Amino acid sequence: MYKAKNGEEIFIVDGHVHNWDASPENIRNIHGKQFIDCFYGYHSALSPPEQVWSPEKFAKYGPDQMVKDLFEDGPDDIAIFQPTYLKDFYKTGFNTLEQNNVLKQKYPDRFILNGAFDPRDGEGGLEALEAQAETYKLKGVKLYTAEWKGDSRGYKLSDPAAYKYLEKAEKLGIKNIHVHKGPTIIPLDRDAFDVADIDHCATDFPNLNFIVEHCGLPRLDDFCWIAVQEANVYGGLAVVLPFIHSRPGYFAKVISELLFWLGEDRILFGSDYGIWTPQWLVDRFMNFELPEEVMKETGKELTLDIKKKILGGNAARLYGVDIEAHKKKHWHAAEHREPAMAK
Amino acid sequence: MTNEQARTNQVRAALDRVTDPELDESVLELGFITGIDIADDEVAVTFRLPTYWCAANFSYLMASDMRDAVAGLPWVRSVSVVLDEHMFVDAINDGVAKSQDFTEAFPTEANADLAGIRLNFGLKSFERRQEVLLRHLLALGHEPTAILALDIASLERLSLNAEGDSLRTRYLERRPLANGPALAFVTRDGEKIMDETLNIYLRNIRRVGLNAEFNGALCRGLLAARYGDTPSVLPAEPELIDFMRLGAR
Repeated sequence: MYKAKNGEEIFIVDGHVHNWDASPENIRNIHGKQFIDCFYGYHSALSPPEQVWSPEKFAKYGPDQMVKDLFEDGPDDIAIFQPTYLKDFYKTGFNTLEQNNVLKQKYPDRFILNGAFDPRDGEGGLEALEAQAETYKLKGVKLYTAEWKGDSRGYKLSDPAAYKYLEKAEKLGIKNIHVHKGPTIIPLDRDAFDVADIDHCATDFPNLNFIVEHCGLPRLDDFCWIAVQEANVYGGLAVVLPFIHSRPGYFAKVISELLFWLGEDRILFGSDYGIWTPQWLVDRFMNFELPEEVMKETGKELTLDIKKKILGGNAARLYGVDIEAHKKKHWHAAEHREPAMAK
Repeated sequence: MTNEQARTNQVRAALDRVTDPELDESVLELGFITGIDIADDEVAVTFRLPTYWCAANFSYLMASDMRDAVAGLPWVRSVSVVLDEHMFVDAINDGVAKSQDFTEAFPTEANADLAGIRLNFGLKSFERRQEVLLRHLLALGHEPTAILALDIASLERLSLNAEGDSLRTRYLERRPLANGPALAFVTRDGEKIMDETLNIYLRNIRRVGLNAEFNGALCRGLLAARYGDTPSVLPAEPELIDFMRLGAR
């Protein structure tokens, strides 16, 4: 919960968090080292100086620090775990569903667990998805279309194999498909940042929601173009929002474009924790106002109601979170601000 | 000026014309070039990128463009271009040294050459440069109907100040990519732009420039974070059009 200047209490769903292990013991090879170094580059390039961690802390902060940063010092009411396996780089994986489940068991009301699949895993992968969905009651998955696998240097979500998985996901009640269109693993001949495949599957699977993380960066321009045509395509603000500190002018223009192309109901807050912490992000966002000339350009405003949707309302709708019930149970109760309340 | 200084300046000028296709900015201004060594008629260029993961295909494009730009100087007999600290540092450096195309350098991974990507990003650069020039002309008070009726030759003859002239030069460099009639201003598909819908058209292509700007800021930040220098000189909050003008100097 975030308390606004006017006293209003805002419900926060953090759509994108991780608890990773990139400690030296878990790093398998140079790629694992370079991967966490690159994350650290994002962290240190875009965080306010007082929010920058040491590389050691950044490599492995652990569950207690995470709970403190999200729910005690930070304003999150609910955080959505997005797994990233990367087992080629990290011995036990970078952050997996199984690891995330440990925290979920401890704080069942505060975390939502998302799963993962890879269409290149064939029939076996479909069965594994079914088992995963049943065990963890999944409502969402996180996909990395640029990930390497054997000889494959990535896939498109419009591939026939991917459609089988999307059909399966729909049957299993997994409605939220988060897609990372970024440089996890390097694209070679094909442009793995290309968001055009989302255009196809969003049309063919109207009952699924496609949340494109980082709003398709570095292809924000193409993303806006497809998103305007597909009512079930959403933009996740991770990586975009931290610009609010270092480059507020760019942030103003980008959020204004997103409001113009996607609209206020299809933008989701995500801190991408531990790259950034939600406390300063939400605080800056709540206190942010669009400059007059930017509003004139798109004709869009960023009102308190719109901020509330972006910070929690939209994700709550996608994940079927009952905001009022959650408030009743957790807000202003004696244990509020003490996630130790969970057994 | 000594001969060596003159040659260094020529190499710098040649590299300054090489752009990161994604950002449409000079690799020199972006701070990617780390060294230029000249021994008689042999030139060695070293460069770096903001992350270990920067896409291999884009990295390859830039490296081979650098090699070709320097090799185009009349006194240059041999050029080496060497990328530092990248996931594919060996394949890229070897391939560029042997003047291989991308598929030869990555025989098992790549199955298409870079022409498609080059064209796609060339067209984005076309739209970005066009938007800035159109807005410049409109701000000067030119009538939309008149601007959109100009053919390429008339645009070239139009009297503009130094700033407008450099925006025009940058735009016309990309104009051939869009084909179409001899009109100065057409869409990326070579179609005529209607004056009734000019504002909507500008609104639509605006996102291309904004995306490039945003990525440019991100890349500068990541480069600085990786190598610990201050980002290359930029005003604190450049406006889109100002930024293009800076690049045009």
